[in-house]
Amino acid sequence: MMNLFILQLLNGVQLGVLLFLIAAGLTLVFGIMDVINLAHGVLYMVGAYLIATFAAVTGSFWWGLLLMLPAAVAVGLVIEFLVMRRLYARSHLDQVLATFGLVIMANEAVKMIWGTSPLSVPMPDILSGSVPLMGPLQYPVYRIAVIVAGLAVALGLFVMVNYTRVGMLLRAGATNRSTVSALGVDINRLFAIVFTLGAVLACLAGALVAPVLSVDTGMGESVLILTFVVVVIGGIGSIKGAFLGALLVAVVDTLGGVFGPILLREVLDPSAASQVGRMLAPMLVYILMAVILFAKPAGLFGSRA
Amino acid sequence: MTGLTVRNLNKSFGALKVTDDVSLEVAPGELHAIIGPNGAGKTTLISQLSGQLASDSGTVNLGGRDITRMPMPGRVRLGLARSFQITSVLPGFTALENVALAVQARKGSSFRFFAPVATEAALNDAAMRALAEAGLDDRAHVLARSLSHGEHRRLELAIALATDPKVLLLDEPLAGVGGEDADAFVDRLRRFKGRLTMVLIEHDMDAVFKLADRVSVLVYGQIIASGAPEDVRNDPAVRAAYLGDEHGEAA
Amino acid sequence: MTETLTAPAAGRAPRRIAGRVKAAACLFVLFALMPPLAAALDDPFWILIGTRFLAYAIAAMALDLILGYGAMVSFGHAAYLGFGTYAVAILSSYGIHDLSLQILAGIAVSALFALVTGAISLRTRGVYFIMITLAFGQMAFFFFISLSAYGGDDGYGLTQRSSLFGFDLTGRDGALYYVTLALLIGLFALCHRIVNSRFGRVLTGIRENPVRMEAVGFAPFRYQLTAFIISGCITSIAGVILANQAQFVSPAFMSWHRSGELIVMVVLGGVGTLAGPIAGAVAALTLEEGLGALSEHWKLFFGLFLVLMVLFSPRGLTGLLEKTGLMRGKS
Ligand SMILES: Nc1ncnc2c1ncn2[C@@H]1O[C@H](COP(=O)(O)OP(=O)(O)OP(=O)(O)O)[C@@H](O)[C@H]1O
Ligand SMILES: [Mg+2]
Repeated sequence: MMNLFILQLLNGVQLGVLLFLIAAGLTLVFGIMDVINLAHGVLYMVGAYLIATFAAVTGSFWWGLLLMLPAAVAVGLVIEFLVMRRLYARSHLDQVLATFGLVIMANEAVKMIWGTSPLSVPMPDILSGSVPLMGPLQYPVYRIAVIVAGLAVALGLFVMVNYTRVGMLLRAGATNRSTVSALGVDINRLFAIVFTLGAVLACLAGALVAPVLSVDTGMGESVLILTFVVVVIGGIGSIKGAFLGALLVAVVDTLGGVFGPILLREVLDPSAASQVGRMLAPMLVYILMAVILFAKPAGLFGSRA
Repeated sequence: MTGLTVRNLNKSFGALKVTDDVSLEVAPGELHAIIGPNGAGKTTLISQLSGQLASDSGTVNLGGRDITRMPMPGRVRLGLARSFQITSVLPGFTALENVALAVQARKGSSFRFFAPVATEAALNDAAMRALAEAGLDDRAHVLARSLSHGEHRRLELAIALATDPKVLLLDEPLAGVGGEDADAFVDRLRRFKGRLTMVLIEHDMDAVFKLADRVSVLVYGQIIASGAPEDVRNDPAVRAAYLGDEHGEAA
Repeated sequence: MTETLTAPAAGRAPRRIAGRVKAAACLFVLFALMPPLAAALDDPFWILIGTRFLAYAIAAMALDLILGYGAMVSFGHAAYLGFGTYAVAILSSYGIHDLSLQILAGIAVSALFALVTGAISLRTRGVYFIMITLAFGQMAFFFFISLSAYGGDDGYGLTQRSSLFGFDLTGRDGALYYVTLALLIGLFALCHRIVNSRFGRVLTGIRENPVRMEAVGFAPFRYQLTAFIISGCITSIAGVILANQAQFVSPAFMSWHRSGELIVMVVLGGVGTLAGPIAGAVAALTLEEGLGALSEHWKLFFGLFLVLMVLFSPRGLTGLLEKTGLMRGKS
């Protein structure tokens, strides 16, 4: 039981780290530009497809990862330049429609380019296999590597936001947009940088999960909405909130599915417990969101409601 | 006739203290003017009194009833209405519709889903009366977004009047209005004296001294003087802090 | 912050209102002529598809009530379609096949869901509101996916035909079509009344300037919540029709893509016009069918169309028509 708990907790943290990578860019885009971007999940999917392609061509996960990054930058810049840039000043409704159109387009384009059957990405040799944790407990090295890589990126982001000039502008922009333009900063460039940064992080998340998940067109969808929940819970514009929100959502989502029924068995008979547990598990994160929003409409670290 | 009592009101935006321990006694039926330089915190004070902004501490009392924690709509229903310094109307509604909504807010339920509202005589008649009092009845059917600046100021007044207020908070009703328009506006306000309690914020000193029963001077969020217009005009602290240069200009 | 919608002010000039009612009436007449036409062409497929169009027209109009008149961009409206469809499935598994009861059940569930989720979502604005309604819609989606008694992911086929007060509805003679058309007309009249009532004026006022509304004594929340509930309930009626039309229900009716498509229909037809979204539903579905017939990759073009429409024609299809001179610009 304890072992199961630790395993699931680690799985939860791994999912949380990935969610954070996706949510970080999204929350900055929301917070600084006040733009809603439904196409953010698409970027996650594109990251996975890019690494699948590059890894297949070069025969190496590492080359794939390395080539994926500049490609992700290019994708981010192109989307920013062609679409997002024209949406900043528009109503949220327009932003919803245009980025919804992007989602539909991108899903179809991916199907046309890569086909409908899922792709897989081979795990790099040094990261395959498992390590013993405690007693008989084993955990895959790759998943640990994902957690470490994610935390490293989170740390880098934290340093960037808190100790660099761009970070200072980002923080200022998230709370008060007019200050940033008053500082004489080229707001268009700042937006392009933020959007592209977010795009690269989302692509990176997609690339990192590619070896453990099958790469298919639906993968961006479920993640997108979980990411929204993360951003809403954490508070729009807050990196710290995104980090805690991501861990919270992921752990609740992972543990709830496994331990919900077990806990329910205390109050219900076993078959009812597993029945109710199975129905409640996928709804848990949304219930969590509802509860948090009821107490704090602006999220845990949000400055604006 | 209802009065307004303010005790030790405070409000800060971050490190900036905008309302600093303000106490104010507005007697029933009087016109109490609040003057002060730009950025003194006058609009902030009005927003706190009307409930648009929550106060950090202190109390607001309307006709003997503590309304400090009451949200804006509740205060309006108790008879405390405000006008906005920067015109805030419903741009896609006609002037009449803007005012009729204010009438509707106090007359019967708004949870009526079937009867067409545009032909409700009770609403439209009361709205027309308020428009006439504000001098805008001839423009009743014009969309608010098409009105001129001076007309917007009158629409602000008409909307506030239509809520049937006992205490009226007017935030620079004359801002940007000049000449005959301003004189007519002052005459209008004078007609409300005795019928309504009014708190008037105004930069136009002529208007203030023509209308006010009492004047309070707000500087950096603090009331530095309060009293009859003549006393305030001659108060050395006020002259030094405020009137000295400002009045010289106006004269 | 307030949504800056591109919608023309609603309920203003009486002439424009009359124009919209006329436009809607024309649409209704066209709809009524469809079945005889299909019969003449001996192609009952058109009646089947037509019923679907009408159902979505109801849903789009309901969404317009809050999106257009209340500036509430709900991205979770497909959930209410879902409640309607599952009301049909669940009642039918208990041997109840009457349309009126199906509608009542759908409305009851929707009202409850809208009350709870609306009360939470409406404490927020802007992008928060959009994302939260989206998340709640997804919550409902997952609930029905895990509802294994009704097929979960795979859905649930209806074995018995529905009836209305004893009359069989789901034959191929167009009975369901005409019932749906009657519902659409009735609900249009209802919505039209609502937006021109005291309540509607308050709702539109809040859209235009919430602070001003508070300053004259209205607390926006209760009016917005009421509108949100009404809209959800009407949408569920569309869901009831869809289940009966397809004789099948599945969580696919409530995916977030469906919510997006509902918004597309509203915007295509013109936000805040009621009659517009009815036409918008027909236009969007025709576009889907039409592009689908042209290419298996029609979604690429549909997505592209949306992006281009937003970038180049901010006022939706109405704006597009005006731009190209197909329709006279109205003041
Ligand atoms: N929401 C806010 N956030 C931060 N600071 C604010 C806010 N509202 C007002 N202030 C600041 O508070 C001070 C007082 O503003 P306020 O608008 O109350 O002044 P005022 O006396 O009405 O000025 P004016 O005569 O120009 O209308 C100003 O320095 C202003 O910048
Ligand atoms: Mg002011």
